[in-house]
Amino acid sequence: MIKTHREAITGAQAAAYAMKQIEPDVVAAYPITPQTPIVEYFAKYVADGVVRTEMIPVESEHSAMSAVVGAAAAGARAMTATSANGLALMHEIVYIAASMRLPVVMPVVNRALSGPINIHCDHSDTMAERDSGWIQLFCEDSQEVYDLILMAVRLAEHEQVRLPVMVNQDGFIISHGVEPVELLPDDVVKKFVGELKPLYPLLDTEHPVTYGPLDLYDYYFEHKRQQIEAMKNVFKVFPSIIEEFYQISGRKYNFVEPYKIDDAQYVMVALGSTNGTIKYVVDKLREQGKKVGLLKIWMFRPFPKAEIQRLLTGRKAVVILDRSASFGAEAPLYEAIKSSLYDVASRPLLGSFVYGLGGRDINPELIEFAFEKAMKHELVTDQELYLGLRE
Amino acid sequence: MPLTMKKLAEVFTNKEIGLTQGHRMCPGCGAPITVKIALMTAKALGYEPVIGFATGCMEVSSTIYPYTSWSVPYIHNAFENVAATISGVETAYRALKKAGKLPSDKKYAFFAFGGDGGTYDIGLQSLSGAIERGHKFIYILYDNEGYMNTGNQRSGATPPGADTTTAPVGKKIPGKVQLKKNIVEIVAGHEHVYAATATIGEPMDLMTKVEKALSFEGPSFIATLSPCVRFWRVSEDKTIDITKLAVQTKYWPLYEVDRGVYKVTRKPSSFKPVSEFIKIQERFRLLLQSPDAEEVINEIQNYVDRRWERLLALEEATKDKPIR
Repeated sequence: MIKTHREAITGAQAAAYAMKQIEPDVVAAYPITPQTPIVEYFAKYVADGVVRTEMIPVESEHSAMSAVVGAAAAGARAMTATSANGLALMHEIVYIAASMRLPVVMPVVNRALSGPINIHCDHSDTMAERDSGWIQLFCEDSQEVYDLILMAVRLAEHEQVRLPVMVNQDGFIISHGVEPVELLPDDVVKKFVGELKPLYPLLDTEHPVTYGPLDLYDYYFEHKRQQIEAMKNVFKVFPSIIEEFYQISGRKYNFVEPYKIDDAQYVMVALGSTNGTIKYVVDKLREQGKKVGLLKIWMFRPFPKAEIQRLLTGRKAVVILDRSASFGAEAPLYEAIKSSLYDVASRPLLGSFVYGLGGRDINPELIEFAFEKAMKHELVTDQELYLGLRE
Repeated sequence: MPLTMKKLAEVFTNKEIGLTQGHRMCPGCGAPITVKIALMTAKALGYEPVIGFATGCMEVSSTIYPYTSWSVPYIHNAFENVAATISGVETAYRALKKAGKLPSDKKYAFFAFGGDGGTYDIGLQSLSGAIERGHKFIYILYDNEGYMNTGNQRSGATPPGADTTTAPVGKKIPGKVQLKKNIVEIVAGHEHVYAATATIGEPMDLMTKVEKALSFEGPSFIATLSPCVRFWRVSEDKTIDITKLAVQTKYWPLYEVDRGVYKVTRKPSSFKPVSEFIKIQERFRLLLQSPDAEEVINEIQNYVDRRWERLLALEEATKDKPIR
């Protein structure tokens, strides 16, 4: 077993530490609350000569993503990080990075999107990018932030994938919360992430390439189809990356994490840090003999439909928690789960709960309340309910 | 030793310029001529050009998939971010060179090209940021004084009185009423930058400035006046003549600002009235027919006269006084 060391650090530190060990060629980033400490910690690594990374202190997130696209196309391993309005400002180039098939990894510290302006956690920022062509991973805690950023590099750069990855952590709750994190030695991480193998690098003047041509109705569609296929390949290649990471860390990941689900009749589904609180509630209700469980989603894009079908078919009820709303339609996670369950053998009753917008606290009582609704058979499919809201 | 036309002709007898024939720009367009002069200068001096292009006419017309007119590395990202994009490319170059992943003997030249939309307007922040950070790149603006790719809409570079579809000459308003933004002054307001104007009617001046930019240790910016024959509504064989006239009428004075030191690089012995530049372009036809014609032309004449005097004064005042 490899010797790790344990440190009490925040999610932001965990992200910066992972970036330090990955040691990308280029980091272009613009500070925004609550992502700021990631950029600060990393800038200090650069200033102290701990990493050989060239940092671009850009004047906006739009330029951060633009510079990252330029650097990655040039043949460099390039990273950035952002939150909320910063991600929204990048939006145009987020799509371009994916369409150019650039293997960029971006920690995203989730924060409510304006307006009104708010600095606290919800998932409205990342959900606005769910069709951008990026792989989206969600972390429950700082350990997962560290681990998933390392695995994200391998996934993004895999020759059958070549897609950018955002690794989401809940703003303040994870990014500023101190927790013990097991950190791998530098050389182990270096070996795990390996060297980037650039494809068609712009700086190869012997083999000049054109990036970003005008692509009209005669080819655009085929190129989009290739992106769709690359996303599907994630399901093929991620298991071997997970296994390799398990070998060096002893920590086992997957597309989803089932928790006390084997005989559970009532299963909750959620993204991010709330899963920790749900586990606490599941433990408590289990002590009372209640058959409840949790299905935590690690990977939201591509959406692991087959796993979800296998794990949720035949349950009495599934309670889906969303930390963002879709105005005029179903909340994003609820919609995805409901759609996945369309053709399972035995469809569970579904409940949709929106919670925590703008950083509104979610506590064990509220989660218990949602479980109670399911256990009392009070759920109405498609009736969106709200946890912790004054109505 | 400055380049000569003879040298260029020799070098490119059997060598690709980097922008090949077959692109779909309009005959008579100034933009590809500007690009070719810049590329030829860089290649003749032993540089390997790497090109970033902002969305615009030249970008869409030179890279219609599956074709490309570029035989040098080329990246187009979006409209407003060519400077940020090339700053990423240039930074990747430094990082990879430091890591020993690039040949050390190769001289790269990082160019960003943008029209006036991508430079004066939507791309100004990205340009300012890249210059402030001090990336070594050459930004070449091809200023055709409007959003010509999308059919002649007003830009911050459109001159007063020009008829555009978003500031048309109407019954109440005589076309665009504002003066052009002074982009060179904006760029020159950054620290440690080489900024200049140039135009294809004065190719030696343009080449000399590109050469200077290539050897400048930091960001450089060359604003070129680049006619759009389609929407300036001039004959396609008049491209070069009209840019010469722009210099002769003080409409487009040729100068440079090297770290704060102004130098006027062409001083015609006599000038022509700016009306000569205006009257040969049909984009001013409606203005010329309107009762406001004289007033607008006088205003432009006064402006170019004063600007010229100011440039000469700045040249005198900043002589031997570089900021750094």
